[in-house]
Amino acid sequence: MSQLPKPDTAELRAKYPGVFERPASARLAMPVVIVAALVIFAYGLVDLDFSPSRLISGMSQLGWITMMMIPPNPGSSFPLYMQALGETLSIALLGTTLAALLALPVSLLAARNVIPSNLIRFPVRRFLDSIRGVDTLIWALVWINVVGLGPFAGVLAIMVSDFGAFGKLFSEAIEAADRKQVEGIRASGGNALHEIRFGLLPQVLPVIAGQVLYFIESNTRSATIIGIVGAGGIGLQLAEQIRVLEWQKVSFLILMILIAVAAIDFISSKLRFAIIGQRAVV
Amino acid sequence: MATAVSILPAPQLAVLKDTYRKAVARKRLKAALAVAVFCAVLVIAAFGAEVNLRTLFTYFGNFVSYFDRILTLDSGARVWTDPAEWFWGWHKWLKMLGETLLISYVGTLTGAVFAFALNFFAAQNTSPGPWVRFIIRRLLEFARTVPGIVFALIFVIAFGLGPMAGVLAIAIHTTGALGKLFAEIVENADMKPVEGIRSTGASWLSCMRFAILPQVSAGYASYALLRFEINVREASVMGFVGAGGIGQELVVAIRKFYYSDVSAMLVTIIVTVFIIDISTGWLRGRLFGKETRR
Repeated sequence: MSQLPKPDTAELRAKYPGVFERPASARLAMPVVIVAALVIFAYGLVDLDFSPSRLISGMSQLGWITMMMIPPNPGSSFPLYMQALGETLSIALLGTTLAALLALPVSLLAARNVIPSNLIRFPVRRFLDSIRGVDTLIWALVWINVVGLGPFAGVLAIMVSDFGAFGKLFSEAIEAADRKQVEGIRASGGNALHEIRFGLLPQVLPVIAGQVLYFIESNTRSATIIGIVGAGGIGLQLAEQIRVLEWQKVSFLILMILIAVAAIDFISSKLRFAIIGQRAVV
Repeated sequence: MATAVSILPAPQLAVLKDTYRKAVARKRLKAALAVAVFCAVLVIAAFGAEVNLRTLFTYFGNFVSYFDRILTLDSGARVWTDPAEWFWGWHKWLKMLGETLLISYVGTLTGAVFAFALNFFAAQNTSPGPWVRFIIRRLLEFARTVPGIVFALIFVIAFGLGPMAGVLAIAIHTTGALGKLFAEIVENADMKPVEGIRSTGASWLSCMRFAILPQVSAGYASYALLRFEINVREASVMGFVGAGGIGQELVVAIRKFYYSDVSAMLVTIIVTVFIIDISTGWLRGRLFGKETRR
């Protein structure tokens, strides 16, 4: 076997200083970041009134509450809770669907390959961003001011806040679409609308359907919480029972939410695979 | 010059066309059925959610005029004509906003640490045993599925009003969400380094530390930053149930119809969320290169 020439370490070191000695900035970056993170964390603990005694007494309280929660028991309100759960699922489904329908045309305006001009795209994007910046709960409060307490306000709240999210996701899906099919349509004499209908939509619809299903799933969760501010559904019952300290009912309601979410999860993942095949989405 | 396109003889073509039409018709029928079922479900849902189009149309003006009102000062002028009057409470609001950011920061970090500790047990390829994995997975699922604000409601009763309840609620929710994502990263990791390290007689802990961790830490940090972004939004509403942060001020302003205050606080929150979005996006790109950005 031929022997490789022995490497001259000193020479190599001189030749590639970057490999042997990382610059000080790179070596120091990690410890500095960690120390800074810990300092902010400690400051946060102090500023937010964390104290071991509070933590311990709270934990023991929490232990008590957990004990009181067992066994879960709806009392005589089971039919009421089922109805509330139905309301929640309806809110999630309707809100998401309406949001998707509204967001589709707007997302075309926000996609670079449909509207090349920055003049329209930029304001549309910022508009969607601002809608997304406001939490669903805040939208729920606003809609309650408009249409009154009840599940309808919840539907509208979910619709508005998802509109922002969908607008962004859809426009990203559209931008990721293959350019060639659009070019093919244009080459055969199609106009701009034809390009969208036959070139873009067939590519993006499965992706969009997957995202909508995923959102219906996650909105089941959102729909439970907007009840807390009075927008109907099971969250309303949950918040009420927590306020009057009926822990057995609380645990039952939480259990119901968990089961409902798991069921929706299961159904929508089945549907998603049916629509898009085994390709992973989101 | 142009090569002629060869066209099949008519009878052959007719058969092909016929088959094509049949296939398309079946597909269309399926799609139409799916749409019909979906519409039926929607109608049922509409009844369930007490959708009332008349209310919407009657009061839709309110929605528009609500924005008109929150953009008007008490004096009747538009808010942007007098920013000093609009943001009269900026000192207090900025303090609350700082509290919101701290809540989400402390909550995210705590949650990430717990998720980090648990995720190796939850991942299929690194879990020491199926039972441990099953239990940890259910635990994470529970923490993730129960909305953060429900935890906050309960914690407010156990720990008293204040930001502590918010931090703990966010920490628990983050543990659930990040635990799952972290475990997925670990499941995608290459197992060969683990074999290499185990063959030297290393313990499970050293396998995780030296074989898995170097592969996954960038993904962890990226997801944790993303979660921080989400948690800032979540923390801004924790105050609705008395768990600290700017939400407390906001809900008072909305309920008591302090219109211009509502818009001022909303603008503050939106701008903050923008800044956090952009800076964490930049940070993720900077730390881990383009390919880990999601």
